[in-house]
Amino acid sequence: MSHTLFDKVWDSHVVKKIENGPDVFFIDRHLVHEVTSPVAFLGLKERSISVLYPERTFATADHNTPTINQHLPVADPLSANQLKALETNSAEHGIPYWGLGHEKNGIVHVIGPEAGITLPGATIVCGDSHTSTHGAFGAIAFGIGTSEVEMVLAAQCIMQPKPKSMRINVNGTLSFGVTPKDVALYIISKLSTSGATGYFVEYAGQVFRDMSMEGRMTVCNLSIEMGARGGMIAPDEKTFSYIQGREYAPKGAAWDIAMEYWKTLQTDTDAVFDQELSFEASDIEPMITYGTNPGMGGGISKGIPMAAHVDGGISTYKKSLAYMDFNEGESMIDKTIDFVFLGSCTNGRIEDFRAFASIVKGRKKAPNVTAWLVPGSHRVEDAIKEEGILDILHEAGFELREPGCSACLAMNDDKIPPGKYAVSTSNRNFEGRQGPGSRTLLASPLVAAAAAVTGKVTDPRGLMQADLA
Amino acid sequence: MAYDKFNILESTAVPLPIENVDTDQIIPARFLKATERKGFGDNLFRDWRYNTDGTPKEDFVLNNQTYSGKILVGGKNFGSGSSREHAAWAIYDCGFRCVVSSFFADIFRNNCLNIGVLPVQVSPEFLERIFKEIETDPESKFEVDLSDQRINIVGSGISEKFEITEYKKENLLNGFDDIDYLLNLESEIKDFASKTPF
Repeated sequence: MSHTLFDKVWDSHVVKKIENGPDVFFIDRHLVHEVTSPVAFLGLKERSISVLYPERTFATADHNTPTINQHLPVADPLSANQLKALETNSAEHGIPYWGLGHEKNGIVHVIGPEAGITLPGATIVCGDSHTSTHGAFGAIAFGIGTSEVEMVLAAQCIMQPKPKSMRINVNGTLSFGVTPKDVALYIISKLSTSGATGYFVEYAGQVFRDMSMEGRMTVCNLSIEMGARGGMIAPDEKTFSYIQGREYAPKGAAWDIAMEYWKTLQTDTDAVFDQELSFEASDIEPMITYGTNPGMGGGISKGIPMAAHVDGGISTYKKSLAYMDFNEGESMIDKTIDFVFLGSCTNGRIEDFRAFASIVKGRKKAPNVTAWLVPGSHRVEDAIKEEGILDILHEAGFELREPGCSACLAMNDDKIPPGKYAVSTSNRNFEGRQGPGSRTLLASPLVAAAAAVTGKVTDPRGLMQADLA
Repeated sequence: MAYDKFNILESTAVPLPIENVDTDQIIPARFLKATERKGFGDNLFRDWRYNTDGTPKEDFVLNNQTYSGKILVGGKNFGSGSSREHAAWAIYDCGFRCVVSSFFADIFRNNCLNIGVLPVQVSPEFLERIFKEIETDPESKFEVDLSDQRINIVGSGISEKFEITEYKKENLLNGFDDIDYLLNLESEIKDFASKTPF
């Protein structure tokens, strides 16, 4: 019988099937952060039980941390208390904790792959919906709620019905200036934010084969924004060479055994998906969102759709445009912006900073723009410095902040002020997501860079072509 | 976490006829700093419910005395976005025991089920009917019968069946939680874990 990649990994992790109920699903590796874990640890305490497998559990502080002056005590007492709680809980249960200031600290979905925690064929969960990022390695990875965090701490399992399967093929090769972020935003714009709800997605086709591991992480990261629980890409030589030698990856003989298994992690040729969709790479251009969910986006050269041409509720659509203070039919190009945010688990890796730097090099930050450039981890920060990117950024008038989730969800002080427009490389443009009243335009690091140097929405391809000329 | 048993709920309902209500609207991230599960109801729909100076926005449904009840009725794709269970906690803390919509985001649905809030998915037509009933008469009552898996518009004779797995239904009817179930499986889980490659 033929199986999908998803079937192979899922079925090998079912401890027990419950009739007319969920599977008891085993979790190989559990990532924990400060915001969604304290109530779960409290639950363990109330039951007087310990973490079953602390060695399968990894904790970091990222959501609620400052991105400047991390060497000083955290000023906000509530945030400080939450960080302290994770530190205490980790120590009490013997969980490795990479807190603020630790060399391995960073955004949970950036540091997992960096440390080799993320492996093909593994099951990975975290109390964060962007856990789907780790699917880039051929893992089944998805976000869970705090009750489920407690289950995994207590029993290394959750109760989960098996999702349906969907394959999304993107064929051909990407055009000049089109990045993995654009591919993901394009798919979401076609499917809507609920188009893949109930499904687990496998991304296939030439575009994903050609993509770097970091690009694949960006795509899988955004799976949740089309409603999918997660997304995954079959592992290949790029995957294996990324993993080899990393701290938590198998070594020596264990590596050879793992490789034998990992090479079987492909969807069989005649396997059938519950749903299959195909897109052409040549149809994708740099994307930007104009509304208040990630599905409300389009090619940067295209205008804002008319309400009459939009699927779904017209009143919801109009409410969304009213929040953004945009009108139907307007062009996105040349809209003035106030902030640029480069970072997050979606686009806070070294390739994202390289892309950003490639455009700002030799240019200057626009005077009307406040830019927050936030590396996803200390390792990313180190690479920015080592590769000379920091010099390029400084030369162009930009500052680098310290790692964390930052303005992606604005739990810390990095809040876009009310009414202001931010071109952001993060993942959500919901009302108030980046601060009460903030208005977010989601885009790639290239589009963000073009906005940062021009002070308005600008097609990066024009600047890139000028650089080539 | 233990929760109240759910069997039959009869109540008026609070309408929120907006699609794609995401969990950042249900509870914004800046209110997720607590280390205990209490008090989240104060910030339910914070930025739709209150002005920046903290005064209530009169036109928001939770500030309108006309509407009350233990059932929250939302538009399609309710609970999308972040996995924060705080969204379900905030809804529970405000007194809701049931959320009705024509479509739910996966993680939100699970989070509700795990804390004893029943997500009831109805057809788009039935959802429209519910909104109309409330619009016509805010005192309209709805009966959610979990055993029978049916939601009734009380007094109208109109009802619709809803889906839930037998396992989750039993849990809710009895107030059982998954952790109790899993702790009883410990030896099977340990045996399984010993054979995993990583």
